Amino acid sequence: MNSVFGYIGSHFIRFLQESGRIAMLFGQTVVFIFRPPFDVREPLSQMEEIGVRSIPVVVITAAFTGMVLALQSFTGFRRFNAETLVGTVVALSVTRELGPVLTGLMVSGRVGSAMAAELGTMRVTEQIDALHTLATNPVKYLIVPRFLASLIMFPILVVFADIIGIMGGYLVSVKVLGTNPTIYIRRTWDYLELNDIYSGLLKACVFGMIMATISCYQGFFTEGGAEGVGKATTRAVVLSSLLILISNYFITALLF
Amino acid sequence: MVGDTSVKIEVVDLHKSFGGKDVLTGVNLEVRNGESMVVIGGSGVGKSVLIKCIIGLLRPDSGGIRVDGQEISSLNEKSLNEIRKKFGMLFQAGALFDSLSVWENVGFGLKHHTSLRDEEIKAIAVEKLGLVGLSHVEDLMPSELSGGMRKRVSLARAIAMEPEILLYDEPTTGLDPIMADVINELIVQMRKKLRVTSIAITHDMVSAYKIADRIAMLYEGKIIEVGTPQQNRESSNAIVQQFIQGRAEGPIKVR
Ligand SMILES: Nc1ncnc2c1ncn2[C@@H]1O[C@H](COP(=O)(O)OP(=O)(O)OP(=O)(O)O)[C@@H](O)[C@H]1O
Ligand SMILES: [Mg+2]
Repeated sequence: MNSVFGYIGSHFIRFLQESGRIAMLFGQTVVFIFRPPFDVREPLSQMEEIGVRSIPVVVITAAFTGMVLALQSFTGFRRFNAETLVGTVVALSVTRELGPVLTGLMVSGRVGSAMAAELGTMRVTEQIDALHTLATNPVKYLIVPRFLASLIMFPILVVFADIIGIMGGYLVSVKVLGTNPTIYIRRTWDYLELNDIYSGLLKACVFGMIMATISCYQGFFTEGGAEGVGKATTRAVVLSSLLILISNYFITALLF
Repeated sequence: MVGDTSVKIEVVDLHKSFGGKDVLTGVNLEVRNGESMVVIGGSGVGKSVLIKCIIGLLRPDSGGIRVDGQEISSLNEKSLNEIRKKFGMLFQAGALFDSLSVWENVGFGLKHHTSLRDEEIKAIAVEKLGLVGLSHVEDLMPSELSGGMRKRVSLARAIAMEPEILLYDEPTTGLDPIMADVINELIVQMRKKLRVTSIAITHDMVSAYKIADRIAMLYEGKIIEVGTPQQNRESSNAIVQQFIQGRAEGPIKVR
């Protein structure tokens, strides 16, 4: 009995410690964003890595999501003769929910693992120690550019995802299901509010910060050689994805 | 020889353990201004841990470290960074930034702490690379270098800012004997010309005798003997004798 409580207790304490350290790293990162010197080159190259190189993944994910949404909602709405509402459902689902969440998850898988592996390798090969000895703060030099780039590129990718997703739904509805294109487009625009798009973009910003903070944290505090880097990489992706899904619920509930 | 006798670095009763494993158990060491101190000791006794404590990469569990009389073991990161500008460090495995080219590695400190332009930094980097016997490597990436070349690039990076204090973690291991001598000569020149204070870690006794003003032996978490190379050779301490002669039998337990 005692050992059960001990087990739960020690895990709970570890969880709290870990959360505290992540929060501290987040706080430091935000502080260092506003502390000179300001570097543009490194954030730009990270933006290319995080944003530009993720476009293919995001486009394919969004296109097929929009397409399958059209198929599924058509099946449902036909049962009560409301096929014309497919456009509305696709637009709302993609902008409010699936665009940001699926983009967040896919980009975390792609970029979060790379961030954790890169920083983890730098840790175990003493490159982070070397930064310290060169009087350079590694949070400023390594984490701030990745954090900023994620914060900026996630919403931009989500805009892409929104457009492509809606176009995917349109294509399937018009070309496959034979919906009248004018009606489809009118139904899309009539019920779509700017708020739907804003809320999706807000989510994207939060997801970007979560992914960057968690992945950098895992990489930054890697221990135990190549094996440790592997573990950090896995943890970065799993934990970012979980936190994205959990925070998604709470943001939605708050904005509802 | 030694310029003056004021103390540059002072380590007092330093303790450091990792998860219950005691590594340093009361290290005392004084390095004078302009002196070249060599720390010798077996693999895994904590030589690297000692210099990492001195430059503030590891926080000691207890004890003091004073640089120019200033206690550094309790400083925060920001003040520590000011102190670190006095230091250059050569890492045992190089620790080059693998996303930057060789010259960007060597010029890293100049780039971040001076207002020099890139061409000027590159010129300085090429000059420092020349000092460590490397030419035409400035545009390569670290992954394209051999182990010994990486170590020399790391040394070039350590000396690029012309620091007051240099810490060398095994500067000559992994180099051929001739290149090792080039590095030894460079270390001697650094001290003579630039009056650099240095701590070098090595188990290469040829190198130790060549570069040291004094040699300190680290054993079982403590410095057991400090003396000039002459005193070291003639030491009556059986542990020191076993180490410098490289015998398997003796008081040192091989684990
Ligand atoms: N960050 C760390 N975490 C846990 N243990 C460590 C850490 N750094 C060093 N140690 C332990 O401290 C001991 C001393 O390590 P250190 O690297 O200082 O040895 P060394 O004297 O430099 O050996 P070598 O000559 O082989 O480089 C080792 O047993 C090592 O396992
Ligand atoms: Mg070592």
